Amino acid sequence: MNAKSRRIALTVNGEAVAREVPVRLNLVDFLRHDLGFTGSHVGCEQGACGACTVLLDDQTVRGCLVLAVQADGCAVQTIEGTSNNDNGLMADLQEMFLSLNALQCGFCTPGMLLSAQELLRANPRPSREEIRDYLSGNFCRCTGYQAIVDAVAAVARARHEEPRP
Amino acid sequence: MSIGAEVPRDRAKRLLSGRGKFVDDIDLPRLLHLAFVRCPYAHASIGAIDGAEAMALPGVVAVLTAADLDAAVSSWRAAHKLFPGMAAPEQSALARGVARWQGEAVAGVLGESRALAEDGAERVSVDWQELPAVMDANQALAPEAPVLHGDMANNLAYTAEVTAGDTEAAFEAAAHVVEEHFRFHRHSGISLEPRGIIAEFEPGEGRLTVHQSHQTPHQQQDLYARLLGLPEHKVRVICPDVGGAFGLKHHLMADELVACAAARLLGRPVKFIADRLESFMADVHCRDHEVRARMAFSGSGEILALQVDDLFNAGAYGQYPRTSIAEGNQIMRLTGAPYGHGNYRAGLRMAFLNKSILGHIRSVGHPIACAVAERLVDLGAAALGLDPIAVRRQNYLQGDDFPRTSVGGVELENLSFNACLDKALEIIDMAQFRREQAELRARNVYRGIGIATFVELTAIGPEYYGEGGQHISAQETCLLRLEASGTIRCYTGATDQGQGIDTGIQQVVADGLGLAVPDVEVISGDSALCPMGGGSWGSRGAALAGEAAMRAATTLRRNILAIAGSLLQKNAADLTIEQGIVLDATTDSAHMAVSEIARIGHFQPYSIAEDVTADLTVVERYASRGRLFLAGNGLQIATVEVDMDTGIVTPLRHLVVHDCGRILNPLLVREQIRGGVVQGLGAALYEELRYDPAGHLLTGSFADYLVPMAGEMPDIEVAHIETPTETSALGAKGAGEAGTAGAVGAILNAVNDAISPFDASIAETPITPPRLLRALGRF
Repeated sequence: MNAKSRRIALTVNGEAVAREVPVRLNLVDFLRHDLGFTGSHVGCEQGACGACTVLLDDQTVRGCLVLAVQADGCAVQTIEGTSNNDNGLMADLQEMFLSLNALQCGFCTPGMLLSAQELLRANPRPSREEIRDYLSGNFCRCTGYQAIVDAVAAVARARHEEPRP
Repeated sequence: MSIGAEVPRDRAKRLLSGRGKFVDDIDLPRLLHLAFVRCPYAHASIGAIDGAEAMALPGVVAVLTAADLDAAVSSWRAAHKLFPGMAAPEQSALARGVARWQGEAVAGVLGESRALAEDGAERVSVDWQELPAVMDANQALAPEAPVLHGDMANNLAYTAEVTAGDTEAAFEAAAHVVEEHFRFHRHSGISLEPRGIIAEFEPGEGRLTVHQSHQTPHQQQDLYARLLGLPEHKVRVICPDVGGAFGLKHHLMADELVACAAARLLGRPVKFIADRLESFMADVHCRDHEVRARMAFSGSGEILALQVDDLFNAGAYGQYPRTSIAEGNQIMRLTGAPYGHGNYRAGLRMAFLNKSILGHIRSVGHPIACAVAERLVDLGAAALGLDPIAVRRQNYLQGDDFPRTSVGGVELENLSFNACLDKALEIIDMAQFRREQAELRARNVYRGIGIATFVELTAIGPEYYGEGGQHISAQETCLLRLEASGTIRCYTGATDQGQGIDTGIQQVVADGLGLAVPDVEVISGDSALCPMGGGSWGSRGAALAGEAAMRAATTLRRNILAIAGSLLQKNAADLTIEQGIVLDATTDSAHMAVSEIARIGHFQPYSIAEDVTADLTVVERYASRGRLFLAGNGLQIATVEVDMDTGIVTPLRHLVVHDCGRILNPLLVREQIRGGVVQGLGAALYEELRYDPAGHLLTGSFADYLVPMAGEMPDIEVAHIETPTETSALGAKGAGEAGTAGAVGAILNAVNDAISPFDASIAETPITPPRLLRALGRF
């Protein structure tokens, strides 16, 4: 270990990970290139586009604005983790995105899903305006957003009508 | 029938779980990473380049300059034989001697990681001599302007004109003439996934394999082969999942060629992923037009004549291989195309100046052609005291006017302007809007409504690039393989960047064969596997690749039925296929499954009579003849609210009524249109690549270059009219340009309607708050 690198230990999608990482390495590059979790994407590296959104101790963060060393001791979830069958908390959201075609190229989609899931946890019955507002940190260049808003609204309704266990 | 149904996309399931495979997701053994030293000035001569300090860094493997690439890569000139005389200055993979825009690459640094390559790039020193920059087309064409290219006398790249009728006389005789001076600023496609490439060279076989975020694998195969001096069949270009493209990714980009050359020179695979700043600086850009236009009217509102003068720029070079002329050419040919006047004069001048190269970005030229004509129609209606909708209806081409070639030279087959307008007025109650508008104005709330009618040019025919000398296929070929289990592999030359053309083709093939959609798998984006085709751009997938797929399905179906007839001892003409079962066409009684025919066809071919065409792999192609484009049409109506104190424009309601002929999948078409509208709203209100007078880009991040986010965007209503083209059996036209084509014009008219009580008007986009306040005399 030298001044430019540091050993970190964390969990990623429930699995314990220990690595020595350069201190300048950001979290999303660590997840993508060191661990192979390529579901989180890199769109701007300036914290603006939201493509690198991941969960750090259950809160969405920009993976490009968090250094890997800052995740030491934390629990990180990526789209791969939240899509596991035994942890498919967003399966309904993903299903609704599919049926309403709320994605085109799919580059923004993992971040969009994680932001939408966070919104629905904090505010189970958001208005369309609240959905648009909450997702305003996630840039989508393809869809025009409307199908995304429709999908999140539909899932909110469905979850309310059929409370999940 | 699955055509016309809302079939979700297979690919989407993978993408939703984070299992997409984008270029940067691919890793290879001993991969090197490429970072660039880019010119910090708009215009500079390049002296000595010193890479010693970079090379001293552990992990930096090479520093390459133009001289290092001389033997490895040819230079190129973007010429087009349909535009003879268009200047085509020489460009090379790395700038040689002079850099002509801020962001042009002058050296490539290869490192063991991207971070190390970037560290190296920071340590390369270049002796720059800053040269005077030319940043505006007027300035570029002024007699004293510095000339960008040594082999040119001035910066004029091209000039052209089209005329019809007697425009001057029509203007002189007109009851009313309106005119406007428009400015449409520069922006770009801004795909969320930046451009990216991995190049791998196998010296033993002399094989270059490229993974690239791109729309046109076969075009790239041809270009890499020719520019790198490789046999074409030794070059394979694979386009994996592509994170948005919008035209941005169907050009040859110099920096991507450096990656290919470096892989060959260094014997290791090379990855280049553009970061956001270099995307803004070095991607192709679009628009940046200054248009003066006027329209002549009779006293009763008939459009008598239109004159358009477009001044724009190609940036520093012509874009290779398509050139940079198309945007001006579209404006010249398309402005006012919905209307029936006979007198038309349109001209363009294209200059070179010190900005990144102008390319073909979604809806090339259309938003400007539409906005110019539609604004003039509104100005004319206002001057005559007529209802702008009535003036449009009075002048729309309709019924017996079709088919015709427009005064601008665009073939119009059968367009549905009036039907679209009728549908729009069913959805939006204009009278009610006007009542509310008046009530709100009384309370100092200013809303406006704007309408924009557009012609959408799709599915370009082979003559444009064929005659131009480009190796760009407008022909599409589809290969179908009946697998032994009775399922289908479909190979297409179209590519899918998320628009869903794979699914559209899947539907066409399934319907054509009488199979279920999941029994068809579409394989695209691989220049070695897929038949030569054009890829996806210019709204060509459904109309061209869809038609080729339909033809291939028809042929394979014929073979399947012929085999069935042979096995069943029945006339093939009396048989049909539904849901994978061969049936008696009259009684519907089931005979045998397609899977059984496939099994016999592959493993027991001796059971089939020898004279039966029993091919289970078939290929068919489609290329249009005798038309340059397949024209669709539509209109958009936007309502906005303008805050007179801040100049902020809030889009309220947005309607698109669109006619793309036969719709393969409404789920896909709707989101194509909505996504296009949002890009158009970006151009209308937010997006601008701004440079300071010295040529430094001021908008190098998403904090400075504003893109539309969910919070600013309205819901967008979409309605369809379906007028199938009769030029193909499928009847589909393209749908990807429409949203962007009409949004700028609709917003421009809506904003002007909102501010009309103040005797103010604006003709510049994006309509930013400062511009609008200035137009209102409040800033």
